[in-house]
Amino acid sequence: MNFDTNLIVSIMPELARAFGVTLLTWGVGVIGAAILGFLVAVGRRYGSAWLGYPLWLCVEVIRGTPFLIQLFLLYYGGPFVGLSLEPIPAGLLGLTVYGAAYFSEIFRAGFEAVPPGHVEAAECVGLNRRQIVRRILIPEMTMLVLPASVNMAIILLKETAVLSIITVPELTLVISAIGSQQYAFVESLFLLALFYWGLVELSGRLGRYMEARLSKYRFATA
Amino acid sequence: MSWKLFELLVQASLYTVLISFISITIGLAIGMVVSAAALSPSRALSVPGRTFVSFFRGVPLLVQLLLIYNLLPALGLNVPSVVAAITGLSLCTAAYQAENLRGGFQSVPRGLLEAADMAGLSAFQQFRRIRAPIALRLAFPSLVNEAIMILKASSLVSVVGIVELTRMAQDLAASTYRPIELFSAAGLLYLIINWLIASGGSLFERSFRWGRP
Repeated sequence: MNFDTNLIVSIMPELARAFGVTLLTWGVGVIGAAILGFLVAVGRRYGSAWLGYPLWLCVEVIRGTPFLIQLFLLYYGGPFVGLSLEPIPAGLLGLTVYGAAYFSEIFRAGFEAVPPGHVEAAECVGLNRRQIVRRILIPEMTMLVLPASVNMAIILLKETAVLSIITVPELTLVISAIGSQQYAFVESLFLLALFYWGLVELSGRLGRYMEARLSKYRFATA
Repeated sequence: MSWKLFELLVQASLYTVLISFISITIGLAIGMVVSAAALSPSRALSVPGRTFVSFFRGVPLLVQLLLIYNLLPALGLNVPSVVAAITGLSLCTAAYQAENLRGGFQSVPRGLLEAADMAGLSAFQQFRRIRAPIALRLAFPSLVNEAIMILKASSLVSVVGIVELTRMAQDLAASTYRPIELFSAAGLLYLIINWLIASGGSLFERSFRWGRP
């Protein structure tokens, strides 16, 4: 393997863009999935059975099927029902919906883990339902769901690699393409693996650091 | 969608089940060794054990599969792609199972090991007769979960050209131009298999509940 500095310089812009796409899909995917997952959890907990049952079914179907099948259904099946998406929006939507199903379960467990005594106490001092959700449930839940959420965010980072299959120009796609052009497929995949490994380890550490910093706000124990 | 197409999908799903089952079994064996290494007091064993777990849990499975698929021929091992796929899935699940088993091993009651010591069992006998069976039993629910994860993850081996359920659905969708029906049917088959694994797991779990420490 000869080392070619010009090659490295020439692929830099492409790599930077691909890294940007990976970060973008990851960031937007995690935030979108957390918000949608939270809404689903609230809908299942406080909504009527007409809302709760279909939501339950959606969550079970998404959690029981491979992400790749969901992506194919969205990307290749979408145009047949008038939903033609470019790879990046399709990937973002797929990742958000997929993550939301798992996040909704995390939040559901979080709601259940808040001690009923705290809610009863809040009712006694005259807080209405909305205030209870806003001032008691959400703050307590944030602490309870933090470890599982960090874990889920890491899982979603790894799932962004799957988006390469529907030609989202993120790192896995771009690096494999460069690797096969330069006849250095194994080397480039190895670097890619090291990159993901580093990012996952870093995120895990950041998550544990956040947990430690926020632990003083922890009222309920899971 | 015709019955013939569905039949092809069902056949492909059997291949998915076979690949997943082989990978889970190999992964369990490797996972046992890795978790024992990670828990070992010797750093020469625990550092490689923990690195293995961290690496295979930290890299996307797709990247692992592509790497192994291209690495094996580069090392002069010309194996069929299904071997590369099973190797990739096995190593990945081994890391997750090692982590589950580590939890199991750490929950083996100390009293039992002390009793085994008193009864004169050697370290190997203690592992084989006491620690391993109890850890396996404790880790069983996570093992069932992991089986479901691997079944879903096995859809990724379609990218290295294995015609399992996902690839079959993809090929048929391309030739019949009916992606919605085919991917929905494939999804349904995955759901059914997962449901079978989950119910089989809870039945099996109930059958050995008596042995829980």
